[in-house]
Amino acid sequence: MVGYETHDYDVLVIGAGGAGLRAAIEASAGGAAVGVVTKSLLGKAHTVMAEGGIAAALGNVDDRDNWKVHFADTMRGGQYLNNPRMAELHAREAPARVRELEAWGALFDRTRDGRILQRNFGGHKYPRLAHVGDRTGLEMIRTLQDHGVHQGIDVHMEHTILTLLKDGERVAGAFGYDRQRGRFKLFRARAVVLATGGIGRAYQVTSNSWEYTGDGLSLAYHVGATLMDMEFVQFHPTGMVWPPSVRGILVTEGVRGEGGVLKNSQGRRFLFDDIPPLYKEQTATDPDEGWRYTQGDKSARRPPELLTRDHVARCIVREVREGRGSPHGGVYLDIAWIKEKLPNAAEHIKKKLPSMYHQFKQLADVDITREPMEVGPTMHYMMGGVRVDADTQMSDVPGLFAAGECAAGLHGANRLGGNSLSDLLVFGKRAGEHAACFARERGGVAVSEDEVEAAARRALEPFERTSGEGPYQVQRDLQAMMQNWVGIVRRGDELRQALDALAALRGRAANVSVGGNREYNPGWHTALDLESLLTVSEAVARAAIERKESRGAHFRDDYPQKDEAYATFNILVRRGADGEMRVERAPRPAMSPELQQIIEEMK
Amino acid sequence: MATAKFRIWRGDARSGKFQDYTVEISAGMVVLDAVHEIQATQAQDLGVRWNCKAGKCGSCSAEINGHPRLMCMTRLSQLPLEQPVTIEPMRAFPLVKDLVTDVSWNFRVKEKIRPFRPRPADAADGTWRMDQSDVDRVQEFRKCIECFLCQDVCHVLREHHLHEQFIGPRILVHSAALEMHPLDTENRLGDLKRTQGIGYCNITKCCTKVCPEEIKITDNAIIPLKERVVDEFYDPLTRLFRVFR
Repeated sequence: MVGYETHDYDVLVIGAGGAGLRAAIEASAGGAAVGVVTKSLLGKAHTVMAEGGIAAALGNVDDRDNWKVHFADTMRGGQYLNNPRMAELHAREAPARVRELEAWGALFDRTRDGRILQRNFGGHKYPRLAHVGDRTGLEMIRTLQDHGVHQGIDVHMEHTILTLLKDGERVAGAFGYDRQRGRFKLFRARAVVLATGGIGRAYQVTSNSWEYTGDGLSLAYHVGATLMDMEFVQFHPTGMVWPPSVRGILVTEGVRGEGGVLKNSQGRRFLFDDIPPLYKEQTATDPDEGWRYTQGDKSARRPPELLTRDHVARCIVREVREGRGSPHGGVYLDIAWIKEKLPNAAEHIKKKLPSMYHQFKQLADVDITREPMEVGPTMHYMMGGVRVDADTQMSDVPGLFAAGECAAGLHGANRLGGNSLSDLLVFGKRAGEHAACFARERGGVAVSEDEVEAAARRALEPFERTSGEGPYQVQRDLQAMMQNWVGIVRRGDELRQALDALAALRGRAANVSVGGNREYNPGWHTALDLESLLTVSEAVARAAIERKESRGAHFRDDYPQKDEAYATFNILVRRGADGEMRVERAPRPAMSPELQQIIEEMK
Repeated sequence: MATAKFRIWRGDARSGKFQDYTVEISAGMVVLDAVHEIQATQAQDLGVRWNCKAGKCGSCSAEINGHPRLMCMTRLSQLPLEQPVTIEPMRAFPLVKDLVTDVSWNFRVKEKIRPFRPRPADAADGTWRMDQSDVDRVQEFRKCIECFLCQDVCHVLREHHLHEQFIGPRILVHSAALEMHPLDTENRLGDLKRTQGIGYCNITKCCTKVCPEEIKITDNAIIPLKERVVDEFYDPLTRLFRVFR
């Protein structure tokens, strides 16, 4: 028998980034006893890395903005595969969620008349992102953390969940371990909110930290929830590329919002050469118009650098492949050029983009006020995730909720910058509210001790094997394989090879062995994270095989065009009765006539 | 390929010792890269805490060649590589294992600080108006990434272990951010004087020197708080006034 400690909650929240904390605060406000489990320390989740801002149609800088424009921008950015009800709720509720942060102590940058300042970002028609320099995510997570710790919430820092437990059809809690001491813990709960973020660690070049192994998606999948839109993986166009140790670290889109331009090795602003028809009307025709847009000229249209992330990333890949890249396989991002336009440009850049200045200076010996940065795409965000009800955020499993990056629906085929932080707040709140409500209305739960024991024994197996290879090599090989075959540019034959490779990796993962003991043992932790990585990687590859067209973040070299037949459905991934992964198509949810009309008007 | 030697503390609260590792080094490498390389190839169970690897989350604090630093922001090119690079856990906190310390005390202390309490909204729609210059002052403190290096280096905590009487520079910065917040109406000066030990700080500025965010902890946060405490409790005119009231 393996020993474990038991905790009882009405609502268990897994993950303590923006969505998890917001859900916990709301569930607690709804009277629930709330526990939060987080793989890291409080305040270190990936939310802290978000730089640019929170998208919300406050209309403080341009009063033509309102929720309808934000809704239409989000749908257009997602190539209309978004769940329209989620996009509507998000656009309507984001402003209230931002103001609420201010009431909890967040200090955003201000307009001249003292209101919350908003900045331009890719795909947003008007300046819409509430921000704090380029460290908005830190401001947001700290505000939620500092507010949250006074709401009577139990926080279990440095704990990882291994499996969800069910009582009949409903979710009944989760079982996991304390990373510091290696002890097992059972969390019995009437409702569970998944807020585990993304899957970045399935790729070699990523802006995500070690935590982002797709745990929430994998946990949900294994208890019968449905995953959706798994083929849509966002590669942020601007990650650092040099030196090797910083490859993948994010360079905020805010650099382009402040007037930064992308150039190839010939000095050409290559994005002017390739503007998608859907955005032709909204894009500047010459560099001067683009510059005026970034400086707030309301009559100007946005520069092509602020087109959606999927498009910009693909254009960068093309420039590099065709031999017009920078020395280390990227392109140039230049903000220093604005000294031609502004007196005091260096000071201005340091003020608007302090952490970018710091990051390049310290890690790459580049002074961004004087010279261009070298940048290239980095795996950044997962549009796909757990399929949820738009209003309640509940998955197909009763009592199991999901919010933020690990849920699917809001972003469709491509996410707009800034829509992630607002997603966390809007749907974190909704998930917390409905989870508390669910817990109140339903009775208590029972969990099977046998299941718990079995999970504990499985987790300890890597210590018992003496001959297997270590977990790091399996993880590295998986990352390299996904980068090459399930990356930005995909092909049917390579995707099928990826499935074979994943089967082989699964065999290796089942045989990894680890040394040392259970106390703070990263080798053991890495071994246990492999299961989630393998599950989500397979789901991405299978969904990518199914979508034989190119749309949003999903680009198929063998089907390079958009195919309208594929605009009518989302791709679902489920666990079949035989344990095999099943792929299905689900018709796109119907849009209300009111929303339909908004989209027509904004075309 | 060039190599470098690393001397890393291995052990737990019971016992431990330095162990040497040799790592191949490449351009631009930081200390955390070397630790990861050792983990992947030589010591799978080497305990280290990290997240963003870009100086934004404050997880990978350690003492490198005796200096409190973030491992992700310390480049090997800044260190003398003729001799081994020593990497030790922070000393002001109990050791969990290897480079990982138990920093939970910081979270517990922070929870005791009176929370933000805003004045009523300025506008009918429930929003406030603030001037950028008022916001700037507090934004400096809100840059803090909670790496706790300032706590680690503060002699009141590090040498005198007064964790029960003194909240340390990080939590003083947090208090300053609240006290100077343009909307806040709470008064934390009594707590600072009576239970949080602001008097223990004797302004040696060690905390400021190690702050990776370059927050002027002593000059901009602690000294102004000390002045406010003095004004509130030790101003002779006020005391006289209190006597006759």
